[in-house]
Formats: sequence, C-alpha cells, structure tokens
Amino acid sequence: MGEETFHVFLFHPPDGLLRIFLIEIVFCNCILWGKHEACCGRVHFKVFITLNNKKSKRELYSNICCLIFYYSSKLGMLLFFRSAGDGPDIYKGKICSLKARALLIDMEEGVVNEILQGPLRDVFDSKQLITDVSGSGNNWAVGYKVYGCQYRENIVEKLRKTAEHCDCLQCFFIIHSMGGGTGSGLGTFVLNLLEDEFPEVYRFVTSVYPSGEDDVITSPYNSVLAMKELNEHADCVLPIENESLFDIVNKIHHMVNSGKLGSTVKPNSLVTSSAGTTKKVQEKPFDAMNNIVANLLLNLTSSARFEGSLNMDLNEISMNLVPFPRLHYLVSSLTPLYTLADVNIPSRSYGTHLGFKDYLLIHSSPCKLISSQ
Amino acid sequence: MSIVAVQLGQCGNQIGQEVFNTICGDVRGTHGLCSKKENEAYHDACTERFFSEAESGVPVARAVLVDMEPKVISQTLSIAARSGHWKYNDQSHFCQKQGSGNNWANGYSVHGPRNKEVIMNLVRKEVEKCDRLSGFFTIMSMAGGTGSGLGAFVTQCLRDAFPTSFILNHVIWPYGTGEVIVQNYNSVLTLSHLYQSSDALLVHENDVIHKICAQLMHIKQISFRDVNQVIAHQLGSVFQPAHTAEASLHYSRNPLGDLMETLVPHPEFKMLGLRNIPQMPENSLAYSTFSWHGLLKHLRQMLIANAKMEEGIDWQVRPPCPGSSISSSHSTNKLLHFNTSIANLVILRGKDTHSVDLGSFRDPSLYTSWLNPQDAFNEWKTPRAFNKYEKSASLVSNSQFLLKPLDNVVGKAWNMFASKAYVHQYTKFGIEEEDFLDSFTALEQVISSYTNL
Repeated sequence: MGEETFHVFLFHPPDGLLRIFLIEIVFCNCILWGKHEACCGRVHFKVFITLNNKKSKRELYSNICCLIFYYSSKLGMLLFFRSAGDGPDIYKGKICSLKARALLIDMEEGVVNEILQGPLRDVFDSKQLITDVSGSGNNWAVGYKVYGCQYRENIVEKLRKTAEHCDCLQCFFIIHSMGGGTGSGLGTFVLNLLEDEFPEVYRFVTSVYPSGEDDVITSPYNSVLAMKELNEHADCVLPIENESLFDIVNKIHHMVNSGKLGSTVKPNSLVTSSAGTTKKVQEKPFDAMNNIVANLLLNLTSSARFEGSLNMDLNEISMNLVPFPRLHYLVSSLTPLYTLADVNIPSRSYGTHLGFKDYLLIHSSPCKLISSQ
Repeated sequence: MSIVAVQLGQCGNQIGQEVFNTICGDVRGTHGLCSKKENEAYHDACTERFFSEAESGVPVARAVLVDMEPKVISQTLSIAARSGHWKYNDQSHFCQKQGSGNNWANGYSVHGPRNKEVIMNLVRKEVEKCDRLSGFFTIMSMAGGTGSGLGAFVTQCLRDAFPTSFILNHVIWPYGTGEVIVQNYNSVLTLSHLYQSSDALLVHENDVIHKICAQLMHIKQISFRDVNQVIAHQLGSVFQPAHTAEASLHYSRNPLGDLMETLVPHPEFKMLGLRNIPQMPENSLAYSTFSWHGLLKHLRQMLIANAKMEEGIDWQVRPPCPGSSISSSHSTNKLLHFNTSIANLVILRGKDTHSVDLGSFRDPSLYTSWLNPQDAFNEWKTPRAFNKYEKSASLVSNSQFLLKPLDNVVGKAWNMFASKAYVHQYTKFGIEEEDFLDSFTALEQVISSYTNL
C-alpha cells in the first residue's frame, strides 16, 4: 500500500461541540450528478470520477466533486464494485470485469461521454447512465420539476437494478454541487426519491457549496432550495467548499516548491495526489482539488474495506454525530496534508491540527458565528 | 463441568480469542512448577472446561461467536486456526452483513429478535456437546451496538432457555474519554437489562487496563491487542482450575457455581471487580522473585484503597476501628475512600500456596455488617503456576470498586438525556424515553445500594 498516511476527520456538528472521529464503512451505492471526468491507473489503482459543472472548464474554481475508488482487499473491492463476467476481476493490473456500483446522471452528455471513452469505460456500463442533451441551465426548478418528472421512472428502474446486485445495501452516496441546476435540482429530487423507495438505507450526501466568488449568478437560489431538501431528506451531509479546497492546494504547492531545507515531501503522501496512477493525460487544474474530496471519501470508507481492531461503520458515524435529526451537517477536515521525507511526526499530534481553518474543507467556525451576534 | 463462552460483537470476539489463547498456552506450558500428577489433573480439568475434542486432535473451543458484520469473526477464526494448538468450531459462528451502528436499540430490538432462533440454536449445539454444563460466560463491551444491545438480548434469551444455569457476563467498561459518543446511553441500557437476567457482571475497565499496560508492562504503543492480552491473563487466572476449600483433593467441578455462591449473596449486588498481582512484562519474569507475604499485603491494600494496580496504592487508607460507632466510621470511610466489601475471593496459584495465611482478608472491618466474615471471604488455591508466573494472586471482589465508574457513567448519560440528544436514534428502533427512564431508575437503585454498604 505504500505510504501510510493517516487521515483523521474532525466533524463539527452545528451544536458547536467538537468531535474527532476515525472512520470505517460498508456497502454503498453511489450516485453521481452532473458532469464528471475520470482517469485510472494500475494495480491497487485509484479511479477518479470527477463531477463538475458546465462552466468548470472555463472557470478555475467551479463546483467539482470527485471520488476515488481504492480497493485492496477483495472484500473492500466488493463494496464499491461488483463482479460481472466470467474472467478474473483484475488481470495484469487492469480491471477486467468489475463494474462500479454507481449511477451517473447528467442532463448534458459531454462529461459522461468522456468517461465512456476514457480508461474507465469498462467500469461503467451504459445501463448505469442517464443523460439528456440540453442541460438544466443552472436552474434548480428545471432540474427538480422538469427533469425530475421526466426521468423519474427511468431513475427508479436503474436504481433498483443496481440495488439488486447488492447482497446487503447499506447506504447511498450522493455527490453533487449545490450551485448548479442538475446537481442541485435533479440531485435533491433523487434524494427525495431514495427516501421513498429505500427508506431504511442511509443517504450520505457530499455537497459542493458555492464559494463567495462563485460565477453562477443563480447559485444562492439553487443552494437554498437544495438545502431545504437536504434538511429534510438526507441522513448526513458533508459540505465542501471550493475556496477551501483551493487554499489547501495552494498550501501544499507552496510547501512542495518552497525549496527550504528539510522540506522534501514524500510524493505519494500528498492529500491531493493520486498515488499510484500512471496518468498520461495532463492534469487539469481542478484535479488536485478533486483528489482532496476523493481522499475524504476514501478515508471515510477505509474501515469497511480493511480489517482493524476498532471498526467504525458508516451508520456509526451517523449515529454518533447526529444528535438531533435536522442537525446533520458534518464539517470535515484532513490532516496531514503532506508528510515530510525526513521528519517523523507522531500520529498523536495530528489531532491538534484539525481545528485549524487551514485544514477544513469548508470554512466555517461555530465560534465565529456565535461571537459575531 | 464445562463453560460455554458466548463472544458478542467486535470486542467480545477479540477478547474471547485472546482468552482461549492464554488458557491454551498456559495448559501446554511446562512452567507448572508442580508434580506431574497435579499437572495432568489441571490439564484435564481445563480441557474439559473450555475445549471439546475434535477428530483431528486439536482442541475445539466451546464458544459461540456472534457479530453483526463479518470482518471480525473471520479474522478471529483465522487467527485461532493459525495457532495450530486450538481452534474454533467452523459452524459455531453467526454473522450478518451490516453492523449495529453503535446503536443499542438496533442491537436489542432489531437484530436480537430477528436472529434469536439461529443464535440460540448455535448455543444449544454447544451445550449439547458438554457432559455437564456449568454455565455461560458471555463477553461483550458496553459502548458499542452489537455487544451491548444484542448482548443484553442474548443474555435474556439464555436466561429463558436455561433457567437453572449460571450466566456470568464479562463486561468491558469503555474509556472515560470514549471511543463512542453515545457510549453512556449504551452502557446504562446494557447494565440495567443485564442486571435482570444475569447472575453476575465481571467488569474490566479499559482505562485501568490501559494504565496497567503503560506503567506495569511498559508497553509504548498500546494497542487493543495488548489490552486484550492483559484482560485474558486476568480472566485466565480466575477461571483456570483451582481447589476450593471444601474439595481440596480435586479441582473444582463447578467453577461458575462456586464463584456465584461465594460472591453474590444478594441479587441486588452483582458487580464484581477483578484485580491481579503481579503484572509485568514477560521478559522481566525470569529476574523477579516474590514472596506471598508481600503480594498479599499489596493485594489487601489494593482492595481497601480501591487501587487499580500494584503501583500507586494509597497506604494511608485503613479499615475502620471495630469500636467506633457506625455513623462516624461511615464519614471517615468516605473521606478516606475506604472500600467496603460484601464478599471477596482470593485465588492463589503457584509455589508454596499451602503455607499462605490469608487471615488479614478475614478482618470483619473490611466487610459489611450483614454478612458473617466467615462466609464473606473465600480462597481457592492450586500449586500449579499460571502463565509463567511463579506466584500469582487474583482477587475477585464484590465491593464498591465499581461505584465511582458507575456513578460517572450514569451522570454523563443523564446529562445527555436532559437535552434529549441522540434519543431520536433510539426511538427509531423502538426504545422510548420511558425505557431510558426505567434504566436510569434501576441503576440509581444499584448505586444507592452500593453507597450505603
């Protein structure tokens, strides 16, 4: 597995109490909204599925979400993938017959098509995709009301098919942005739908919130409308902000390029790295940011994929961090951002970093809010 | 007579595996320091108690493994099989795909009834393999969801299905700082339910064992494996065969029954604490010698001063003078944290046990007034040394050892309950606020009984 990076999460439930959590998880079904890009690597490979908004290619800071699937043990692999076909699942380092337990939905075809032509085309089959041509135009109402009604049966059917492949379905991971039209509108519509169709299955939502300098003019409306739905229908929300991600990326960049003595960083230890991938494509500017979120979700599920002396399930996270039903927004932070090659920091000290705003994936501080009143 | 172990949840399974490992290692070891005949009797008694014979000759542990997710059980089974000296029965385990999520209500109200038939069938199969059943030994933690919730349910089922067998619950008290936020709720609910169906609760506190690992065993990076090994050693020192006072010629045939008889005279008082002396890293054993006098002096003071281990004992605490009036002795006791006992059991293993005088433990001032000191104190001995310790002594005590931790846990749980935090997670599965209140009442009753000893 290479470097041992140790990621600990700090969740701030809005009641202001600070909790530190080590995590683990089980089966999940992933639903990805909007557009996405993907690239993959070799043995013990990581698969990136990035999800971004229409404007992302032009804009540096757009709402992006990315997911890394990283498997090592066979059990761990089966959580996110299923075996299809007769041959071996991995042959000479390439995935042969694994299919991701995921549904990719976008009202525009560009990104999904890119995935299907990219190295991950074998992981997703066409039965798992739902696309349209025209997009939602950054309008929550179009996503929720228009496309919702139009695609409802289609989505339900595809969900059921994917769910049937699971021995025991425990939770849904929903990844979307809040500022756009499809991710936020159609995304929250499907959240609603999941609650109706699969009431006992946990719904974990990773939402990318618009930052202060977001370019989508209607993003406040979209976010607020989507928030209402999240309040009522999600079990747990992990909000993420582009600005914070960008700050982290800058911090790492600064560290790596500072040239100071004793500051050589172990390359695979970066929280933005896609360790182990052999990417021939040039890295896009938001890949680093996506990797951070990917690492977040990766570590969230690590306890389910590997054995340990104290396992922590996804429903245990929900149980311990959600004291009242509507207070389910979990602020996350990652540490360390990098590991220095010649300095060994004891893992105990990582906990102290978690409260600092440098490490948070969304800039929020309960104390600040209270004192400003 | 045989003991059937029921390992519940991740904690239960990990500890259970270490316990069987320790017992097997002790029995096979050559450090018995006693006659061959004695050794053989010990070996036979132990094997009958904990293992059944399989065709392959490898002893099979008398255990049922239960967990709601598959990872821990498969790990436990494989580690045991790898040791080569003992293993678990391949059929005696039950697991599901999805855990309990640290939710007591999930374990008790959902997983329990759903899987009751299967689990009880497994237990029945193990019981049928025994010639005579001494009782059940369940291992669980209180903080999680499966061990605590499902454990409480299973204990109830065991009580219903086997009304005349003894049930001893080994319970792991979570760290004060906690791995789980709702651990106090889970603990309160577990304890109140176990109190109704179990015969005795033998408690190990994570904080205490952690300190033992740090200060006595000098382990730098303490892992759960180290903690479990210390716990296994302490449990082994109680449950390995020993001679009771009545039957000094052969090993006790009824370990759980003898334990209950000596230690639990009244159903209101079921909390047992365990202390073991000496504890040291294995590589220091060869260079240490002990005297029984020294060991027992420390053990007695550990009992009186409620010390958790042999370092840092408060020697100022003294038992009250017999002549003083009850009210003043009560207040001075409270000031000096004197630990009043209901009943105590000391188990001595190793060289020269026959010559040891345990009169200091029979001092009536150590005990409550309503029990005759002759009945309140018992001793078990065996010349066969345990687990490479030339001399070792264990104390199982029904006293105020656990009063403070219990008070702490109930207090914290009550604070949380005052704001009704997390209650919706339990209500979701059928545990209402009234159930919480009932549990609080039950435990307050236990606390007040122990305080007024």
